[in-house]
Amino acid sequence: MEFIYYFGDVFSPLSFLLLLGGTIGGLILGATPGLSPTMAVALLIPFTFHLEAVQGLILLGAAYTSTVAGGAVSAILLKIPGAPANIATTLDGHKMAKQGQGAKALQLSFLASAAGGIFGVLLLIFLTPLLAEWALAFGPSHLFWLAILGVTVIGSLDSASVVKGLLSGCIGLWLATIGFDDIMGAQRFIFHPSLGGGINIIAALIGLFAIPQVLTMFAKGRRTEGAEVIEVQKHSVLDATRELLRCPRALGIGTITGSVIGLIPGVGGQIAGLVAYDQTKKFSSEKEKFGKGHSEGVIAAEAANNAMVGPSLVPLLTLSIPGSPTAAVLLGGLLIHGIFPGSDLFDNHPDVAWTFINSMLVGQVLMCLFGLYIAGLAARVAQVPQSVMAAIVLALSVFGAYSVQSSMGDVYVMACLGIGMYFLERFGFSAAPLVLGLILGPIAEANFIQGGMIADATVGKASYFLTGGLNIFLIAVVAASIAYSAWMELRSRRYTTKEEAQA
Amino acid sequence: MKNLIAGAAMALMGLAGTAMAEEYPDRPIMMMVSYGAGGATDFQARIVTMTAGNEDALGMPIAIINKPGAGGRVGWNWFATQADADGYTLAAYNVPHFIAQSIKGGVSYSADSFEPIANWGADPAVFVVGADSPFNSMADVVAHAKENPGKLTFSGAGLFVGHHIAALQIEKAAGVKMAYIPTKGGGAAAMKAVIAGEVMGGINNLSDAFRAQEAGNVKILGVADLQRSDFLPNVPTMQEQGLDVDNSSVNFRGVMVPKGTPQEVIDELAATVPEMFANPRVAKKMQAGGSPMHIMTRDEVKAMWAAREQTLKELLAGL
Repeated sequence: MEFIYYFGDVFSPLSFLLLLGGTIGGLILGATPGLSPTMAVALLIPFTFHLEAVQGLILLGAAYTSTVAGGAVSAILLKIPGAPANIATTLDGHKMAKQGQGAKALQLSFLASAAGGIFGVLLLIFLTPLLAEWALAFGPSHLFWLAILGVTVIGSLDSASVVKGLLSGCIGLWLATIGFDDIMGAQRFIFHPSLGGGINIIAALIGLFAIPQVLTMFAKGRRTEGAEVIEVQKHSVLDATRELLRCPRALGIGTITGSVIGLIPGVGGQIAGLVAYDQTKKFSSEKEKFGKGHSEGVIAAEAANNAMVGPSLVPLLTLSIPGSPTAAVLLGGLLIHGIFPGSDLFDNHPDVAWTFINSMLVGQVLMCLFGLYIAGLAARVAQVPQSVMAAIVLALSVFGAYSVQSSMGDVYVMACLGIGMYFLERFGFSAAPLVLGLILGPIAEANFIQGGMIADATVGKASYFLTGGLNIFLIAVVAASIAYSAWMELRSRRYTTKEEAQA
Repeated sequence: MKNLIAGAAMALMGLAGTAMAEEYPDRPIMMMVSYGAGGATDFQARIVTMTAGNEDALGMPIAIINKPGAGGRVGWNWFATQADADGYTLAAYNVPHFIAQSIKGGVSYSADSFEPIANWGADPAVFVVGADSPFNSMADVVAHAKENPGKLTFSGAGLFVGHHIAALQIEKAAGVKMAYIPTKGGGAAAMKAVIAGEVMGGINNLSDAFRAQEAGNVKILGVADLQRSDFLPNVPTMQEQGLDVDNSSVNFRGVMVPKGTPQEVIDELAATVPEMFANPRVAKKMQAGGSPMHIMTRDEVKAMWAAREQTLKELLAGL
């Protein structure tokens, strides 16, 4: 209960001003394609040089919280996921925006973000020691199985066809092998200098999601101008809250999956949203609505990616190990003030530690309020004529891809992947499984090789990967996930044949 | 007409050339860091350049640009092949990383592609074990490795970086074979493997290991440097423990420019940049962050690069 004691510090005039500034700035940065939470926090670090440690961290904490949520804006309205965390949001969110329900989708996403986010920070406050053990429990063999669990999701993410989903997942896995390999020191598929560092995930996200859409808009030309302008339906916040409360399952699964998976160093943040989305779909009674603009999809994805914020800081705050790139940037923000995360932080600088955590809690609420305010305004984006919209999205895509590491190489990668994806989409492939392959490939590969090296030196590969409680549990979940997908596939096939027989 | 334009262009360029020598720098300078934002190199680069805009330093701010990827290769490849050699594009170097990578091949740079300006920091590699490990000295580690050849697992951040060099030197000096496990995700992932007990030991940066020891998570058994560190006065060096390991694996960080940068600019930078590093405000921030400083002038860095290239060529010859 120590955190309540330091709650007052968040509301001192300067701190609260920074909190407001960080939240609003974070929402805007988060909504800008290409500016991931990591980048946004890194951009703010120089400002904290001139602030007290507490105030500096309030700014960073607020910005981290709101950039994660702000990513939903571009994911829903423009179909550009700002970070891997927002991929799942595009699946249903953008469909809703296209149906004129952009305001509703944004309201739901901010409300779900706040609910998930507050739960995540409360976990951080009350269960930190327990969570730290959980974060350390995942060794290379467990991370390998976790990545395989993610791979089993690939087939069911694509609603059109399991085979096409798996095929685009394979393309993603192949793309993930490009570049220098850190573990073996090999060079793979580097045909151009801009591929030396592999395919940057943010640039790939922008290319795969936004560019095919731009090309489609351009391909339609002027013919449909005016006819396609969407009427934006007004939607009251109260209705959105009711809607959210009607979907406790989506909210619950999203929040819990997000906070449990988000905790795992190096893996969690990127796949939490997608895994939560997939699980919600599997447990939902209205499976067929997912991917067509269903509010449960948005709620699950956004609850998960904000629930991850609190737990993802556990390894940093307790063990001084940054578990995610954003945590690494925050570590820099702490070190610059001479504060070492770990016992030093909580014993000698409790004011800094607790004020920082409290600011994330208050930040979630402020983020939600401002988010709801801009939701109504931002949804008008759908009224922009398509020809103008295509140009805006294209400009934002180029800007976003370039800004990741100030490199034209990333822009080329984005353009190539985008054009390729445009043609793949015409053949019924979708981008989400491909991106999942791109994210999971390196995780599975690195952990398999690393685990294999440890296993060869110690107990042997078979017993290293196949024994131990956590391994067996994960293998069982993988098997269940495959069996479930196979069963669903068979059942839906039988139904269709029956219908066909009747017809 | 063409000649006239060419003549005018030449005259302008000549003007610009002299103007640059007199008034360098007249606009903000960019410094490329070949590791991600938040990493140790990025963090230190931001601190040591924060006073660049002062009148007694360069008088112009230095902006940090990150080009991470492939253990630094992406950034240094870019710097060697595409960066403008006009004095407004600097880069941070990490020795022995880029020298080891150039010896191993597959990159478009070598130590001759760059001109060093000054060195700001030296972060030695240390050997760490978990807080509850039975090992209490390097002698224990070596004894265990002798009894179980190839079975002692220890982590480090990737191949052909300081950690890997230290691992090779320890194995060579002790005459044992151990299992070096390179991790993806840098020193933080390697440290996590040690704390979680996935490996029996690990090589890590002194600054990160110092923090982890303060937090009570690891024990530091030896420093791979010529002298003990001010941060860890009680931890003996490898040489004190009978292992012939010199400072080849120490991660030296500093500033360089591409080959072909005008000599006046190099001289100007070489004179001012070490002064800028010596600023007490910089020293205070570096000390607070647990980052050891080691300021070296251009000539000292040149000698260090040459010596390092020699040792690394011998060490990596067998791989």
